[in-house]
Amino acid sequence: MAGTAPLIELRGITKVYGAGEAEVRALRGVDLTITAGEFVAIMGPSGSGKSTVMNVLGCLDTPTSGTFLFEGVDVGKLDHDQRALLRRNYLGFVFQGYNLLPRTTALENVELPLIYKGLPRGERQRMALEALDKVGLSHRADHDPSQLSGGQQQRVAIARALAGGPDVILADEPTGNLDTERSREIMDLLSGLNKTENITIVMVTHEEDMAEYARRLVSFVDGHIEQDTKTPGKG
Amino acid sequence: MLWETIRLAVQAIFRNMLRSFLTVLGIVIGVGAVIAMVTVGQGSQTQVTADVESLGSNTLIIRPGVGGMGGGGGLSADRSFVRADAEALREELSSIEIAAPYSMTNITAVYGNENHFTQLAGAETTLMDAMNWSIAEGRIFTDAEEKAGRAVCVIGETIIEELFFNINPIGEKLRLRSLSCEVVGILAAKGVTSYGDDQDDIVAIPLKTFQRRVAGNNDVSLIYVTVRDGVSTDRAIRDIEILMRERRRISAGEEDDFSVMDMKQIASVLSGITAVLTGLLSSVAAVSLLVGGIGIMNIMLVSVTERTREIGIRLAVGAQTGQVMLQFLVEAIVLSLLGGLLGIVLGLGLGALASNLMSIPFVPDPRVILIAFAFSAGVGVIFGYFPARRAAQMDPIEALRHQ
Ligand SMILES: Nc1ncnc2c1ncn2[C@@H]1O[C@H](COP(=O)(O)OP(=O)(O)OP(=O)(O)O)[C@@H](O)[C@H]1O
Ligand SMILES: [Mg+2]
Repeated sequence: MAGTAPLIELRGITKVYGAGEAEVRALRGVDLTITAGEFVAIMGPSGSGKSTVMNVLGCLDTPTSGTFLFEGVDVGKLDHDQRALLRRNYLGFVFQGYNLLPRTTALENVELPLIYKGLPRGERQRMALEALDKVGLSHRADHDPSQLSGGQQQRVAIARALAGGPDVILADEPTGNLDTERSREIMDLLSGLNKTENITIVMVTHEEDMAEYARRLVSFVDGHIEQDTKTPGKG
Repeated sequence: MLWETIRLAVQAIFRNMLRSFLTVLGIVIGVGAVIAMVTVGQGSQTQVTADVESLGSNTLIIRPGVGGMGGGGGLSADRSFVRADAEALREELSSIEIAAPYSMTNITAVYGNENHFTQLAGAETTLMDAMNWSIAEGRIFTDAEEKAGRAVCVIGETIIEELFFNINPIGEKLRLRSLSCEVVGILAAKGVTSYGDDQDDIVAIPLKTFQRRVAGNNDVSLIYVTVRDGVSTDRAIRDIEILMRERRRISAGEEDDFSVMDMKQIASVLSGITAVLTGLLSSVAAVSLLVGGIGIMNIMLVSVTERTREIGIRLAVGAQTGQVMLQFLVEAIVLSLLGGLLGIVLGLGLGALASNLMSIPFVPDPRVILIAFAFSAGVGVIFGYFPARRAAQMDPIEALRHQ
């Protein structure tokens, strides 16, 4: 299946929030095709619909209309639990606000997706430690989020996204809360994963510097794609 | 898988210590209060019933003076009875089984250097049956000793505690004013009544001895009467009244100068009072159960915000609705069980303590324990589970955005 169909295909996706006077048309017909192994950066002004499209891609949100095919499967026809399976087995998320469980160690946070995969505890811990090792945080495995810096928390979140062995990592402003130095570390990490593990990466960013790491730049304006260009990539 | 879920639930409980503690506290208070109060209430009711039974529910008491429970019985102004009254009742009335004359006064009992203010009873051996007394050790004085007015006595447990300590009192001489009498027997302990009378704080001597050596007259303060089996109490009372009026030469139209009290009536009044008390305690208990329940509800609902985000994260990494719900259900059940068990332990502990202090029997009611437990646990489970269920059915982004 993966050989014939593109990894991700959006056709005429719209998303409308609210109704009547309060109606907001966050997406106004988005067509986007992403093939396996790409590193895509999404940019655009605030409120242009970047996060909305990411949430649709991540099956975190349902579009108002349009078709979303993931490896040829029509996501719109899947129910709540089937979409959960899709997230569990194919997708990893990195949010701007990290979204780690509080009062829960780095290791346990990374273990979380593996619990739902039904893996035994020993195996889970081994895999979670491995993922933490990849983001250079195995020495912080027993720390709570509150004991970690922002950059470290984001790396834990990346380890969590990574642990389940996803085909795609979706990152919505992963460096939004970090300084330039920390941002570069995160970007090096993501582009490394893209190259060595062939994980497809779709990332929203406000910063040109960070977008340069990607090999494709998609620009959003007012709920639709304004520009879609190949870029040289970096590193 | 279930084992793993339970392990994770316990982990989550310890991770959210404060919230768990408050939830458990709500359940503990609700369950504990109900069990403690109902236990005390039922204990006092059991005690009253036992008191009444120990008196014999077919017992009547004839007192000098005019009617009612506090009706001036025993005042010097009232004409006392004499031993012959009791004998006449016994001999002339077929409705009566025992008629035991009884005199009493308060007195200081002295043994060696110890003294103790107690109740002194002058009685015939008939009183043993009328009052359901029995001998724990030694013997009761004989009819012959009674008739002869010998200086012998039987004593209650409290007297031993107060005067004799480790000495075996039998054969020892107890001094009551000028009377020095030999202890021949120990009464079996009867305990404290529900209205606080220590029934074991007593010294009993033959009636004749009492009249001759203590009171210095032939008066009898009370007559205990037991009604013969199969005879109605009302009929016995009527018989007694007719005979006593005749013996005391009360002319027709004149009021009785004595009263006949029915222990059963007194008992039913007392039972009524304790029943009201138990009801009152139960309603207070019900309120605390409700308050505990509201406490649990509050904490569960307040924690929904945080938990909804948590559920959003779990959904985002691939948890299915059922998995999230199972986790929260197990968590709520574990918390409720924990709180419920602690509450039962606390409630029974408090109940036992209070029963002990109040000298009433400890009567835990399994039904009440079950109801209190089920209610609190139900509140815990429902309010832990349903908000979680709602969140688990949302789109993950909705749960994540929840503020
Ligand atoms: N839950 C919501 N309810 C109503 N309107 C919403 C909701 N989420 C987003 N919107 C609206 O949809 C539009 C697109 O929002 P979105 O979050 O996708 O923007 P964005 O491109 O990610 O912006 P930013 O760069 O600031 O993150 C905005 O106008 C926003 O106000
Ligand atoms: Mg955004």
